[in-house]
Amino acid sequence: MISSVSKIAYCASRKCKFRKPIDVRSLLEKALDELGYRGRIGLVETECLISCFQGPSIMFLPGGKVFQVLSEEHFTETLKGFFASLQHPTSPLLSEPRTEKEIPGIEHLDFFAKQKLIVLRNRGHIDAEAIEEYIAHDGYLALYKTLTAMTPEDVIGEVKLSGLRGRGGAGFPTGRKWEEARKYGAFPKYVICNGDEGDPGAFMDRSVMESDPHAVLEGMIICGYAIGARKGHIYVRAEYPLALRMLRTAIDRAREKGFLGRNILGTGFDFDIDIYPGAGAFVCGESTALMYSIEGKRGMPRIKPPRSTESGLWGKPTCLNNVETFANVAQIILNGGEWFRSIGTAESTGTKVFSLTGAVKNVGLVEVPMGTDLRTIIFEIGGGIRGNARFKAVQLGGPSGGCLTDEHLHLPVTFDSLQDAGAMMGSGGIVVMDDTNCMVDVARFFTQFCVDESCGKCVPCRVGLRVMLGTLEKIIVGQGEPSDLALLERQANHIASTSHCGLGQAAPNPVLSTLRYFHDEYEAHIREKRCPALVCVDLIRFEIDAEACKHCGLCSKVCPVDAITWQKKEVAVLHREKCIRCKSCIRACKFKAIH
Amino acid sequence: MTIKELSEIKETYIGERKKELEEGVVTVDVHMGTCGIAAGGRNVFSALQGEIERLGVENVKLRVTGCAGLCSMEPMITVHLPGQTPVKYGKLDAAKTREIFYSHILGGHPKAEYAIGQGLEKPQKRVEIE
Repeated sequence: MISSVSKIAYCASRKCKFRKPIDVRSLLEKALDELGYRGRIGLVETECLISCFQGPSIMFLPGGKVFQVLSEEHFTETLKGFFASLQHPTSPLLSEPRTEKEIPGIEHLDFFAKQKLIVLRNRGHIDAEAIEEYIAHDGYLALYKTLTAMTPEDVIGEVKLSGLRGRGGAGFPTGRKWEEARKYGAFPKYVICNGDEGDPGAFMDRSVMESDPHAVLEGMIICGYAIGARKGHIYVRAEYPLALRMLRTAIDRAREKGFLGRNILGTGFDFDIDIYPGAGAFVCGESTALMYSIEGKRGMPRIKPPRSTESGLWGKPTCLNNVETFANVAQIILNGGEWFRSIGTAESTGTKVFSLTGAVKNVGLVEVPMGTDLRTIIFEIGGGIRGNARFKAVQLGGPSGGCLTDEHLHLPVTFDSLQDAGAMMGSGGIVVMDDTNCMVDVARFFTQFCVDESCGKCVPCRVGLRVMLGTLEKIIVGQGEPSDLALLERQANHIASTSHCGLGQAAPNPVLSTLRYFHDEYEAHIREKRCPALVCVDLIRFEIDAEACKHCGLCSKVCPVDAITWQKKEVAVLHREKCIRCKSCIRACKFKAIH
Repeated sequence: MTIKELSEIKETYIGERKKELEEGVVTVDVHMGTCGIAAGGRNVFSALQGEIERLGVENVKLRVTGCAGLCSMEPMITVHLPGQTPVKYGKLDAAKTREIFYSHILGGHPKAEYAIGQGLEKPQKRVEIE
């Protein structure tokens, strides 16, 4: 609708000038001069306005009607007619642009259509800093229902009925945890939200805290009501500054509106939440270490029992849940436990958020019902493998999980389904690997990660992991012996069976699962002194395969030390004495002729 | 706070949105989670802001929202034109954003080259048409 014109924007891109060499600016100036609008209607130079297929475009502002200038003749008259009627000019000199090709509906895109959103229902849809928007999307309605119409037992009953299990990885039934925390009579009690997401390749919790922080707060307040706590803590990694900011804003807004603080919603229930930024230790994602960290002590796991529901933070009953678990709670209260139960499988109900990364086309957050198979997640939602590479392995559950191959892609993903195959769902990180990844190197990476992050309390984890890392490094540099494979397996089993906490017990999983499914790759490293994926630099011979070489000379061009000489139509020659083994040539070669 | 006040907040918000729509306000969601910012979401945001200021248009409202899920396509924006299906754009930079600004946000012609898809995800509703 055009009510009046205050500005005219005109396209100054070269593309338009090329189609029709009209100097729109001087044409417009002249026309406005003649019509006496000069000074009253401003001219704005812009970039491309629209796909201009006939000539340069002009746009009337406000309103944004676009017309293409087809001819310089009668331009002034047309413009005059337009101003007089404020209607679409009928003159053939100006035309509306043609309609473009169709944009597919989101329901036809596998990435969006195959997902089921519960936790991420507000992703990218609401402004996290505006509490009104959350309320407008049924926010805090569940809290209201809880406080006014339900007893704490009802809440626990509903959560138990839903079958919700802890989303942090272990899968402990949430309802049972709440029930236990309620049972103990010691006061005060605490609610803790674990936002210390440290797995390499996992970013689900970050996204939930950033885009929908109120959902987490609401879940925590409901939990506080259910177990009888008055104080909640959110433990967030300091590496998530945006999540911290969003949570802080959300807490402030919730306090202003009276969802936090004293006498919430006029029901006499008091609850408040504060934030603890973690200092960046991976082990502080373990519940007891996390509580020590909040208490200001060194973050180290302790022996259980007593469980933290009995004696947790400051020795008081504490209910600790993951960010994603809390984000589910409000929806369970609103829609009922039965509804939640109907999604997913019998043992693992509801949905799970995965962060899909690595060699897939669509990297991102994926929320699917529990029990969806890996093939759907990787090849339909993820869009398959990027580039021309071939799928090789998928790593689930971070440093505690294992690698699976394509023969496992039919497996449904639930808390328990992957255990026989040697992996676990964990907190939901999925890293997809293609054939440019060396599995021995992957095992070394995760072992190195656990060595760095071990808290040092127990010997198997502190010393054992380092010894295992030494064995892996020996294999990687080409000094592996055939007996090393059995040794590696023995070391891994030792660490798994004697470590104190989950970190150490699960740390050998990447080694064990790669040994199981990629035994031939270890064999190649040890017996043939060869790295099939050309990753381990000490095992690459840097030879040019004369048959595969297509004489293109790319390798010679990228070599930083001129160690490859090449002449047109001849096989390149690599001079070993100059080579610094930087692998630039291997990356550049399109024909895999260097190995 | 009572249920009345809670629903009042909701209705006030919906009322404001309805009024905005009647006035023809175009809402642009810039997805600025960590992934979006890392991919250049701030450039997209400031490009939009710059064009709005330069042209002095008053009917375009920018909103900062979180990650839309498809991190590999960031920076992303979603354009809500009154009475039309929202369109999601991906892999933007400042120049592409300006093109979208003129052709879609002001001109009403979606730029299909940069679009990922149109519509909203399943449980998401546009508050104003509930």
